[in-house]
Amino acid sequence: MVRLNINGKDHNVDVDPSTPLLWAIRENVGLTGTKYGCGVAQCGACTVHVDGVATRSCSFPASAAVGKKIVTIEGLALNGALHKVQKAWIDLEVPQCGYCQSGMIMAVAELLKNKPKPTDADIDREITNICRCGTFQQVRAAIHEAAKA
Amino acid sequence: MNFVPKMNRRSFVVGTAAAGAGLAVGFDLPAGGPQAASANSVPELGAWVVIKPDDSVVIRMARSEMGQGTITGLAQLVAEELECDWSKISYEYPTPGENVKRKRIWQSYSTGGSRGIRESHQYVREGGASARMMLLQAAANEWKVPVEQCKAANSVITGPDGKRTTFGKVADAAAKLPVPEKPKLKDPKDWKVIGKPMKRLDTADKVTGKQVYGFDLKLPGMLNAAIKESPVFGGKVKSFDAAKVTGMKGVKKVVQVRDTAVAVVADTWWQAKTALDALPIVWDEGPNAKVSSASITAELKAGLTAEQAFVGNQAGDIKPALASAAKKIEAEYSYPYQNHVCMEPMNATARYTADKCEVWVPTQDGEASFAAVLAASGLPADKCEVYKINLGGGFGRRGAFQDYVHQAVNIAKQMPGTPIKLLWSREEDMVQGRYHPVMQCKLVGAFDKDNNLTGLHMRLSGQSILAAVRPQVLEADKGRDPLSFQGVFQSGEHAFGYTVPNLLIDHAMRNPHVPPGFWRGVNINQNAIFMECFMDELAQAAGQDELEFRRKLMSKHPRNLAALNAVAEKIGWGKPAPQGIFRGLAQMKAFNAYVAAAAEISVTGGNKIKVHRIVAATDPTYAVNPAQIDRQVAGSFVYGLSALAWQECTVKDGRIVETNFDSYNSMRIAQMPKVESIIIQSGGDGPWGGVGEPTICVAAPAVLNAFFKATGKRIRSVPLKNHGIELV
Repeated sequence: MVRLNINGKDHNVDVDPSTPLLWAIRENVGLTGTKYGCGVAQCGACTVHVDGVATRSCSFPASAAVGKKIVTIEGLALNGALHKVQKAWIDLEVPQCGYCQSGMIMAVAELLKNKPKPTDADIDREITNICRCGTFQQVRAAIHEAAKA
Repeated sequence: MNFVPKMNRRSFVVGTAAAGAGLAVGFDLPAGGPQAASANSVPELGAWVVIKPDDSVVIRMARSEMGQGTITGLAQLVAEELECDWSKISYEYPTPGENVKRKRIWQSYSTGGSRGIRESHQYVREGGASARMMLLQAAANEWKVPVEQCKAANSVITGPDGKRTTFGKVADAAAKLPVPEKPKLKDPKDWKVIGKPMKRLDTADKVTGKQVYGFDLKLPGMLNAAIKESPVFGGKVKSFDAAKVTGMKGVKKVVQVRDTAVAVVADTWWQAKTALDALPIVWDEGPNAKVSSASITAELKAGLTAEQAFVGNQAGDIKPALASAAKKIEAEYSYPYQNHVCMEPMNATARYTADKCEVWVPTQDGEASFAAVLAASGLPADKCEVYKINLGGGFGRRGAFQDYVHQAVNIAKQMPGTPIKLLWSREEDMVQGRYHPVMQCKLVGAFDKDNNLTGLHMRLSGQSILAAVRPQVLEADKGRDPLSFQGVFQSGEHAFGYTVPNLLIDHAMRNPHVPPGFWRGVNINQNAIFMECFMDELAQAAGQDELEFRRKLMSKHPRNLAALNAVAEKIGWGKPAPQGIFRGLAQMKAFNAYVAAAAEISVTGGNKIKVHRIVAATDPTYAVNPAQIDRQVAGSFVYGLSALAWQECTVKDGRIVETNFDSYNSMRIAQMPKVESIIIQSGGDGPWGGVGEPTICVAAPAVLNAFFKATGKRIRSVPLKNHGIELV
C-alpha cells in the first residue's frame, strides 16, 4: 500500500511499491489520461509532474512518489480553466491521434514554468517526447503561442 | 472518473460526441444489444445524418479516426450538402454489426490506403443532399407550399411569406419521407464548407486526457491480460509452467491462446505483465529459427538477377536498348523491415458468452474486426458486435490485421462472461508486427551518345504484402502483386510519372517468413527512394541538372510535372542556395495524388544531416480541409524521415531483434524540419487523391539527393544509422 497525492487528492493505493507510478495512476487510481508508450522512459507519453518536475512515470516507482505532489493531465486545468498550454494546443489544433499529447503537454507545461519564453534551441533540448503522427511543427508553434499568453 | 457513461441514444451507436462528452461506448447495452435498437428511435435522414429536436446534427462515420482528420473532412462533405450549422455537428460510428444487418448501408469501413475521403466523398455528399431534401420537403408539407419555394441554410429553413423553421423542428416528419436517390450535388465552385480549414471535431478531449483510447477502456468486472506470442514467426507453444505464477498477486488465470501464444489474466495489467515476465515458456520454434537478416539479404540479392520476374511496367524493348547503349549506369538499393510503432500498442477488449461476443477495439476497419470476432468466437453474425474506439495511431497496422482481436476473443472465451482487456507491451508490439516489406532494387539506365536516356530497367526483388494478406489478388493476376509497383506502375492511381522509350520494371518475388504489412505509404516508400535517387544518379551521369533531366521525361505527365515545378520554384531551384545549404528533389504519384518535395539540408562532419526545410506539393484533385492536409504532409515527413534515419527491424534466429524505442528510434522535435506545404487543386470530375500517405515517400529521396550534393556520397540503403550518419 502506498499513499499518493494526485491532483491535490490523497489516494491509498494497493500496489507493490515497485509498481511504476504510471500503472498506479492508470489502473489503481483510474486516471487514464497519462499514457503508456514504451515503459522505458524513451517516448514521454507517461509524463506527469512530481513536485513540479516533469517525470516519466513508466520508469518511476510509485513508492518514490510518496509524500510528493503528483499532477497529471487531468489536474493541469485549475478550477475549470484550461492551462495556457492546453489552450494553445486547441487554438493551433496540435493533436492528431492525440495519444502522446498528454505527455507532450505536461512536458511543455514544465518547460514554460522554467523558461517562460523558450527559444527554438530550448525547445529542441527540453522536449524529447515521441509523436508518431508527427505533430512537431504544430507543437513548436503552439509552445511559442503559449509563451505569449 | 466517469468511464461508464449512460447511453442516451440509439444503443447500437458507439460514438464520440464532438462537444466533449467523451466516449460513449455501448457497454451498458440493453439485452439483445444492437438488434434491439430501432432505426426509428431517432430522426434518421438516410444513412448518414441524424437530426435531433434541439437542432444538433449527428453525422455517421464508417471510416475510423486515427489522427488523420478524416472525421472532420467527411463531416465537411456531408455538411456542405446538408446546409447545416457547423457548430451543431457531432459524429458517431455505426457498428459493423449494424452495417451487416442493414445490408452495408454505410459501405466500406476500411480506413487505409488514404481512401477515407477519396473513396466516399460522392456517397456521403449525396447522403447530406438527400437529408437536406427530406428536411425541405417536410417543411414544405407542413406549410403546404411547393418545395421549390423553401430554402435551407445554416440549419434553418425559410419559405414564402417569411415562413421559418429549423431542421430540428421538422426532422421527425422528414424522417418519415422516402430517401431521395442520386440527388444533384453542388458545383464545386459553390462550396462553402469543403475547402475551408474547419476546426477538427475531436481536439478538445485530446488535450485534457479525457479521450478514451482502447488502452483506457474500463468495463464492470473487467480483468486485464498480457500476452506473449512465439517470438519466432511460425513457432508454437511447447509448454509453460503456470504453477510458477498462479500465486502471484492479482493473477487470475494463465491461458494458452491458440497454439502460438500464452497470456496471463490478472486484476491489473501491470500484475499480468509482471507474472508473464516470470512465466517459464518453452517454444517450438519451428522451421524459421535459423533465419537471419543476412540470409534474407542473400535471398533477395539472388532475385536481382533471376530469370523469372513479374512485369509491372514496360515500353519499347529494354534488352537491345541496354545492349546498344553508349553509356550504362547501374546501382543497387535496398530497404529494410520496419515496424509501425503506433504510440498506442495493439489492444482489444472482449466479452464472450455463448449468446454474445462483443469486442471494443481501436481499428482501421470495423468490418475486418467484426470478421475476426466471428471467426474467433465461432458465433454467428447476429451474436457478434464490434464497438470502434478512436485509435492511438494506425498507420496500416490496425486494418487488415486483427491478430489482437483474435487473441482477446480467444482469452475471453476461456473466461466466459468476464470482459478481458488485452494490452500488448511495447516489446510485444515490436516483435509481433506486420512489417514494412524488405526490398532490394537493381537499376540500369542506358544513354545514347547524346546523353539521352534511352532505356531504364528497374528490377525489384523482395517481399509481397498481398501474397501474405490477399493471395486472391495474386491468383487473379497470374502470380503478380500489382501493389509492389506502387509509384512505378503501368497505369492507375500509382502510375509511373516518366516516359522512357525502352522501359522494364519487374519484380522477382521473394517472401521470407517475417510477416509483411501495409505501412503508411506501403510500397511507395522504397520505390520512391529507388527511382528518385536513381533519377539523380542518371542526371548526374549525363551531366545535366536534376530538375531539367526529369522535366524532359515528364512532358506526358503534366500533373506530376506541376507538383515538381511547384516545389522547385518555391525552394529556389536553379538559384544559389545559402552558404552550406544543399538541395534535393523527388516526385511521385501515389494513392491518386501527385506529390513532390524539395529539401534543403546542411551536413557537418560529413555525417550529421540537418534538414532545414522541406517544400512539399500535393495535388489530391480537391482539398477538403487544407489545414489538416498541411498537418498530414508535415506529419508524413516525421514518419518518413524517422524511417530513413533510424528504423530497421533486423532478424536473428528467426525473430525481430529491436524491442523498443531505445533500439528503434523515432524523430524528436529537434530534428523536425520546417515544412512548407503547397496544395494544388486540379479539380475536375476525375477521381480524387488521398492525403494521409502520398507525401511520405518524397521526403527521404529528396534528403538523400541533397546529401549527395553536399558530400558526393550516394546512400543506397536505409537506415542512415547503418552508414554512421545521423539526423540532427
